[in-house]
Amino acid sequence: MAKQLVLMKGNQAIAEAAIRCGCDGYFGYPITPQSEVLEHLMAERPYLTTGMVVLQAESELASINMVYAGAAAGKRVMTSSSSPGFSLMQEGLSYIAGAELPALCVNVVRGGPGLGTIQPSQSDYFQTTKGGGHGDYRLITLAPASVQEMYDFVELGFDLAFKYRNPVAILSDGVIGQVMEKVMVDDYKPRWTNEYIEQNCPWAATGHRSTGKHRIVTSLELEALKQEAINDRIQAKYRKCEEEDARYEAIQCDDAEYIFVAYGSAARICMKSVELARAEGIKVGLIRPITLWPFPTKAVAEIGGRMKKILSVEMNAGQMIEDVKLAVGCKIPVEHYGRYGGVIPTPVEILDALKKMIK
Amino acid sequence: MTREDIIKPENLVYKRTPVLTDATMHYCPGCGHGVVHRIIAEVIEEMGIQDNVIGISPVGCSVLAYNYFDVDFVEAAHGRAPACASAIKRLRPETFVFSYQGDGDLASIGCGEVVHACNRGENITMIFINNGIYGMTGGQMAPTTLEGMETVTCPYGRDPKLMGHTMRLTEMLAQLPGTYYVTRQAVYTPAAARKCKKAIRQAFENQKLNKGVSFVEVTSNCNSGWKMTPVQANKWMEENTLKYFPLGDMKVDGKFDPKFIERVATFDQPNETIFSLRKK
Repeated sequence: MAKQLVLMKGNQAIAEAAIRCGCDGYFGYPITPQSEVLEHLMAERPYLTTGMVVLQAESELASINMVYAGAAAGKRVMTSSSSPGFSLMQEGLSYIAGAELPALCVNVVRGGPGLGTIQPSQSDYFQTTKGGGHGDYRLITLAPASVQEMYDFVELGFDLAFKYRNPVAILSDGVIGQVMEKVMVDDYKPRWTNEYIEQNCPWAATGHRSTGKHRIVTSLELEALKQEAINDRIQAKYRKCEEEDARYEAIQCDDAEYIFVAYGSAARICMKSVELARAEGIKVGLIRPITLWPFPTKAVAEIGGRMKKILSVEMNAGQMIEDVKLAVGCKIPVEHYGRYGGVIPTPVEILDALKKMIK
Repeated sequence: MTREDIIKPENLVYKRTPVLTDATMHYCPGCGHGVVHRIIAEVIEEMGIQDNVIGISPVGCSVLAYNYFDVDFVEAAHGRAPACASAIKRLRPETFVFSYQGDGDLASIGCGEVVHACNRGENITMIFINNGIYGMTGGQMAPTTLEGMETVTCPYGRDPKLMGHTMRLTEMLAQLPGTYYVTRQAVYTPAAARKCKKAIRQAFENQKLNKGVSFVEVTSNCNSGWKMTPVQANKWMEENTLKYFPLGDMKVDGKFDPKFIERVATFDQPNETIFSLRKK
């Protein structure tokens, strides 16, 4: 059985991709609108086929710490949650970054603040790209705009997590999590063997002290100068990541006079707004950041630098707009259009916002 | 007779286990951590599992435990060691996994994680050092601080009306079907330490059976936090702590100890208030 075309929800695609890419363990806690991830895994029972561990933990605190420990043991492990639950995971994400461990965490964002709503939102952009937890760390953040990307970014997320030994977030939202689309799924890949982990992850506490020296996974270093050196090492990884792994998609930007900058489901809606605007003769394009951290600063600076004006379209009160403004060095006017609290903007209202900006 | 004449294998009466590293322990003189570390290390050596163990250290006095054991170690966030141990054992069932926590870590901030790991019947060994106080942060009240006992955050003695009751978490855990072996031990005398070693050995051996959590509480002193000499602290522990936290098995091979059942029946009676030695 090779590749296969199937119809599924974004949340199911996350779960299916985990099983098929050889993930070793998933630890999660139910929360709307992402519970289908755990439900799909429990229904598929990969522990009987690929040997993947699936566990419903008692809380998001437990989930993220299970992920921390599983990663410490050299395994490819992940969790998923939605905004309030993801807030609870921030301490754990900081520990994972501090101990330099690879892990994948999915946030299917819902409107906040507080318990907020179960409707889709992009209001966790700051939390995910600017820290969230304590200390100088970054989450490599992937922003899927389709169910296919929900599927594809699981394996990509693990690859980036192990490349940099740093946690990776998939920042999705209730639209992409709940919508059903066709997805091309891969054949099953085998999980890593313990021998492979032993050879390729010398930092992992596997319990098999084969090298003769015990391995310690910790984020603690009390001596300031040594802690500074650890931070230097981590920051160097981030500079490399900014250089090598910033991703974006540019749509109809070549002849454009204006651009939208939007990610995830907001970008999907903007694609329709581009079509509507061009039918009226307005030359508009779209930059869709695929990695939110590292932000595709160079691309936004280069393409955005040629524009008359830029509209940052987000399902929040204006968060990514700060990175867009920094990218163009405030030389090009950048405005924001957003709906929030779980409201999804229509292509027409985004078009109206564009016209208002142009006037 | 020269020194060299004496140092011979046949004269060897005691040697340090190779499962402990050469690192100098940071524990206060008189503290029980060092003894429990040695017991765990000896058990690992005697079972021949040094190359097949993952330990989980907590936040608290024993946060640096990973420096003292020559086995692979993961340092957990405050209170989360049981969640970490659960995940590692499930992902690496071929290893022996043990968590090591103090009473602030396990009974306070990590209360949820320990209850659920025990309830799931994770096939792991849990070591719980209960000295009734937060040692690392400077002697604050813990859930296990005795009623009337003075600490820096209850300087007039723990008043259960204001600060809650002294928590017997181990007794709670014994009642969960997921626990297979639950015992309370101590290391304040050579006899107690020998018994404790037997219990810890059992707790590790049980992992071969795959029948659930083996939980060993070690009631200990904190002479620094209690502001006593080591000798005073051990005496105080015997006279006070052990009345509220009596030593012995609660559950063996998944079955309650008869004495434990008798004791639980008295839990609805008012607590016997114990006052600090220094109370005026």
